Amino acid sequence: MPQQVPRLIAVFVVALAALIGARMALVPDTFGDLGHYRAAAVDSITAHPKKYAGHAECSLCHGPIAEQRLTSNHRTVTCEVCHGPAAQHTTAPMDIKPTAPRERGLCPLCHSYNPSRPTGFPQIDEVAHNPLTPCITCHDPHAPEPPEVPEECSACHGQIARQKAVSHHTNLQCTVCHEAREEHKVNPRANRPSKPVQRSFCGVCHAQDDLSGERIPQIDLRSHGEPYMCWQCHYPHRPESG
Amino acid sequence: MTVPEQPETVTEGERATDGAVDRRQFLTEALNVAAGAAPLVILGVVRIPAAGAQEAAGAVDQDEHNYAMGIDVNKCIGCARCVVACKTENDVPDDPEFFNTWIERYVIRPNGEVEVDSPNGGIDGFPPLDEETDLRRSFFVPKLCNHCASPPCVQVCPVGATFTTVDGVVLVDDEYCIGCRYCIQACPYGARWMHPEKHVAAKCTFCYHRVVDGLVPACVEVCPTGARIFGEVERLATPLARFMRFNDVQVLKPHLNTRPKAYYANLDGEVR
Amino acid sequence: MQGFIYPNEFELHWGLLVVLYPYITGLVAGAFILASLERVFNVKEVQPTYRLALLTALAFLLVAPLPLLAHLGHPERSYEIFLTPNRQSAMAMFGFVYAWYLAVVLLLEIWFDYRQDMVLWARQSTGLKKWVYYALALGSTDLSEKALKFDDSAGRWITVIGIPSAFLLHGYVGFIFGSIKANPWWSSVLMPVVFLFSAMVSGIALVLVLYMITTMFRWRRIDMACLDKLAQFLFYAMVVDFSLEMLDFIHRLYESEESIEILGQMIESRLFISLIVLQIFMGSVVPLVALGLVSPGLRKGGFVRVPPELKQFVYFTAAVLVQIGIFSIRWNVVIGGQLFSKSLRGLTVYKVELLGLEGLAMTIGLLALPFVILWVLVKLLPPWQSDEEVAPA
Repeated sequence: MPQQVPRLIAVFVVALAALIGARMALVPDTFGDLGHYRAAAVDSITAHPKKYAGHAECSLCHGPIAEQRLTSNHRTVTCEVCHGPAAQHTTAPMDIKPTAPRERGLCPLCHSYNPSRPTGFPQIDEVAHNPLTPCITCHDPHAPEPPEVPEECSACHGQIARQKAVSHHTNLQCTVCHEAREEHKVNPRANRPSKPVQRSFCGVCHAQDDLSGERIPQIDLRSHGEPYMCWQCHYPHRPESG
Repeated sequence: MTVPEQPETVTEGERATDGAVDRRQFLTEALNVAAGAAPLVILGVVRIPAAGAQEAAGAVDQDEHNYAMGIDVNKCIGCARCVVACKTENDVPDDPEFFNTWIERYVIRPNGEVEVDSPNGGIDGFPPLDEETDLRRSFFVPKLCNHCASPPCVQVCPVGATFTTVDGVVLVDDEYCIGCRYCIQACPYGARWMHPEKHVAAKCTFCYHRVVDGLVPACVEVCPTGARIFGEVERLATPLARFMRFNDVQVLKPHLNTRPKAYYANLDGEVR
Repeated sequence: MQGFIYPNEFELHWGLLVVLYPYITGLVAGAFILASLERVFNVKEVQPTYRLALLTALAFLLVAPLPLLAHLGHPERSYEIFLTPNRQSAMAMFGFVYAWYLAVVLLLEIWFDYRQDMVLWARQSTGLKKWVYYALALGSTDLSEKALKFDDSAGRWITVIGIPSAFLLHGYVGFIFGSIKANPWWSSVLMPVVFLFSAMVSGIALVLVLYMITTMFRWRRIDMACLDKLAQFLFYAMVVDFSLEMLDFIHRLYESEESIEILGQMIESRLFISLIVLQIFMGSVVPLVALGLVSPGLRKGGFVRVPPELKQFVYFTAAVLVQIGIFSIRWNVVIGGQLFSKSLRGLTVYKVELLGLEGLAMTIGLLALPFVILWVLVKLLPPWQSDEEVAPA
């Protein structure tokens, strides 16, 4: 054999031995156990902490609300959609509280009108639909079905019902302002329902001395708009329109 | 072999492709050997897992699962709660160039022109359309890793740092990834991204850490309209099976034969 | 940015360094194939460039993995590619092709070719240098006729193995891109072949330039027969390479698949300079015409008879243009393949940064490094016969 051959073979054997040695020393233990990868990687991935607890976890403590939700239009909307990730809350229920959005901001994420949204999905025009009012004033997020005008009124007064539905007065029953006798349904023109006749009627809610909530605009009845009646400037079924 | 088996409820058409795949796998194997794998095996460079090792190690009944996702385009309202939840659940950086899942808005004009956008993955909402009434169709499409049954990303990973689990989920081993980004190039769906701090490839894990505990992925958990359905390909009694029975389902870029497991219902032909 | 791209595509993943990598690897393969011309195909004219080509190949091969390494997210884990190579991955197998090529082909061929010289240099030198040469010769000092004959035939056999290996080396680089079915710009069966011929083109052109420069700096006369032969082979390789590129181009246009629209937009806007101007016009058409006229590629003595000085100038300019053209090819493949969205609905932009690990400065540094290594190699293993023996044609 020529002198060169054994020397080259020696070099290659050393290199090969180094490679095989390095391989034995460096290849991770679990590599190849399940396939061409480090089986231990699966464990470190599954060890990742959860942020979302899952709605099943929520219903353990919040049973009634969870149940209410399940029969409402929001039955597919799980708790953490609105309340945010709550895994930490489940471990320390008293110390860590999930968020409970009460402002108008969250709901339009789903419900503001967008032509790309599927037809039939309930959408509102944010500008026209009860502006500035928090959605939860009228809609219970756990059962968001909106307050409805009874069919016995809306059957004839549909336009008014629709206007009122998106107005600040949406939560007021028709009967708050109108007294209608049963005969009105049979013979409407002969038995007209009552209408308020005095400014003080609106003042029950809107006068400065009233006890109603802070979101209701209040005025001084003595100086505001004299000598007109309220409904000469404000249309009660959609008052913000002036 | 980590390629999951075909569902038992395949149609005749699917069966045909099944055979083709077997042939393809056979060829791949043959080529591997021809390409010099045999001497590598002899040298101990390539380790072939012992037959049955997979079954034995996967005895935690993960073997029986083959996870997949159904997406009903008609139900997506583009609220991007899924995108937010995903970023939270998986510690995805907030920057607008890293997403495991995102929402695309498609606008098809009467002349057939297609406009697509996905501002910040949909998180910031979608800006009002120009000429809002000048529409033929418009809809939202959630995108995510398709967890392909023949994943090109796994195929190209030089070191075995990305892999398909025994239950059909494609994952990245971020302690082993060398950061060559070949998998990002190989993914036809743009589902992979480079983690800016870890310097490894990152992607949707189907929230594997949740799934193994019997929870659904975060995006599915928070989807308010049930547009995303998580389940298993094989099982008959899962919401996904129902979804696949009642809808005409399609996958993205079927011509690439990656056999995706994100099944779309009501998918428009313009979606790529 | 223009149109729609997937959100994850904002970042362009393979930058300038990955452009550099196939460029350098191509030079390696090309230079080696040139060297093999003399050894296996007995093209005696190019003999003066034989050793220079080998050393050039080695110098560039040593640098080839560096841009990749610098571009990795975790360079310290790069050894994994040798420990747990994924058999399905073109890139993993490339590690072995590279190792095979470096260790088995190039080093062995150089070793057999230089062994006699190394032993002689060891005998002539003193001190450290003596031991360096002894070590390089692995202490194999047998200079008997039989041993030298073995060197020669072993070298020849290794070259025979080396040619397919060089094909494999650069074909594989092409395969790394050509096998990505997700990317219509890359996914082409022609990709490895185009890479291979462009590698030959770039390798021959580089050796031609290096030969002219080194000869000038040694104050020797350039061997015109050798230069003509180099130019001739360069011309042939370019004809094949350019035809293949045009075939690919026409094929895409004719098939007009769904990607054609966005690719067309990309060529018109983003790649106009680098593809139409640099790659096709400056890097292919101009040198092809110049070489076609002057070199003996088409007609013995060329169509236009010019004085040797002008001829040298034309060759030199053509070879430099070819280098620019080939670099543009690599750029257009690597960067071009990432400028359009895989949604086929939009284009993105790539901005080269100046400094930084993947910046222009690093690229220039890595491009200069092989020449430094080559300088050291030439000092250590002079590829030229001793001065008296230089015989101009």
